[in-house]
Amino acid sequence: MATDTAHKEAHDTHSDEADWSGGVPVFKASYGKLMMWYFLLSDAFTFAGFLIAYGTLRFSSETWPVPDFVFQTAPFNNLGLGHGTGLPLIFVTFMSFLLIISSVTMVRAVQEGHRENKNAVVFWMFLTIIGGAGFLGCQAWEWTNLIGTEHMSLTTNPFGTYTEGGTYMNADGSVSGSETFKAGESYLIHMTHVGGDAHDDHGDHELTGEQKFLHDANAMIESQVSKGGVSMANLPGEGINFKGFILDGDGFIHRKYKTNGGELGFQEFGPKAFGALFFFITGFHGFHVLSGVVFLIIIMLNVASGIYVKRKNGYEMVEKIGLYWHFVDLVWVFVFLVFYLL
Amino acid sequence: MAHTSYEESIKLVYKGMWLLAAVTLVEVALSLFGKGYLGFDPHGMTAILAIVGIGLIVLSLYKAYYIVYNFMHMGHEVKGLRMTVLLPMLLLVWAIFAFFNEGNAWKKRRVDVKFKNAIELNEITGKPEAPQIKVMD
Repeated sequence: MATDTAHKEAHDTHSDEADWSGGVPVFKASYGKLMMWYFLLSDAFTFAGFLIAYGTLRFSSETWPVPDFVFQTAPFNNLGLGHGTGLPLIFVTFMSFLLIISSVTMVRAVQEGHRENKNAVVFWMFLTIIGGAGFLGCQAWEWTNLIGTEHMSLTTNPFGTYTEGGTYMNADGSVSGSETFKAGESYLIHMTHVGGDAHDDHGDHELTGEQKFLHDANAMIESQVSKGGVSMANLPGEGINFKGFILDGDGFIHRKYKTNGGELGFQEFGPKAFGALFFFITGFHGFHVLSGVVFLIIIMLNVASGIYVKRKNGYEMVEKIGLYWHFVDLVWVFVFLVFYLL
Repeated sequence: MAHTSYEESIKLVYKGMWLLAAVTLVEVALSLFGKGYLGFDPHGMTAILAIVGIGLIVLSLYKAYYIVYNFMHMGHEVKGLRMTVLLPMLLLVWAIFAFFNEGNAWKKRRVDVKFKNAIELNEITGKPEAPQIKVMD
């Protein structure tokens, strides 16, 4: 410990001041580290631009899909609880934890790098890579679910929000009065499975509410297709008007309803910007995670090869990629906040 | 470098992990409360919703501060480096304010346009158009 103190006094590493005397790094950080910080600053502005654009467009829309309605599914059939059981935000919270833990393992790798523990650095970096790859897998599942199952895209947003309360009509146009909704609730416009891939019928058990409606609506469409009145391959652009719903040109079923004010209406698509913003911003972030994982793998292999043992700056490369990785985690904190929590 | 020992610095890292995990859980709980999932539904109560919103933003900013200062070691860097990286971020405060105001203004214009269109339509035809659509059984 005595040598430590002497060492400290000689270098005075705790002086908080910049050194402008010349011939030494001004901020006591190497060129590579300093430039990494400035790159991260610029990247932060890029992400801030996108997130602020999201906020602006969201504030300019009369309605916006409610996040905990849109993001309430999880893999493994909603964690074994079956379809339709909402687990709002649970999957995305798990993704947040994955990134937090991978950040922690990254800090451990950097610490071991300071102690020049080559094998430990490899171990902790490996865990970081697993965390990052896990996050990417989760994001891929989320996207597949939204695009493949719920048919959201850059230009289509099937999630809408009601501006006033009302009662749904059944598929045959009758109003039973039991299926109601409130202002501010979100809904999902489903696509018919008629004419598509084989759909597993959920058996004979009593269907209620929306499931019953979808079953009936699909049956009505199916019977029209067999009668020749509707051709799934040639759906008219302006849609086909059924008693309880409208089948649009892309196969979406827009349910009809009666508002509490007595007006008739049908489910309309939500703001288009939602799809574009969601996929673009999470895609851009996911791209950063992917490139981070690639760099982590390269540097981990470098560490394993022993190339940093003899370098004058030691394991500083691990520190630099650590900075990038923490930045990726940091951006996710704000993407998570803006898209899912607010 | 740091005056903490090896064992101490490892403990600090795990403390940080639990702290961040806890703050994340609080954030999610707060968000779900704001949407009415935890019993009480503050739908429409702008005061409570404003507190929820501000609370979420403050918690996220705290997480950001913790990650930057402790995991990225900004707390141990020279003051000049800290300032050149963090001060430009203050520009974003203005940006957020300005652009959200802008978005709100667009929304007001949209509502105005809709309203004026409806008035115009009424003046021309005397009543709003009822669309004629064929109904399928």
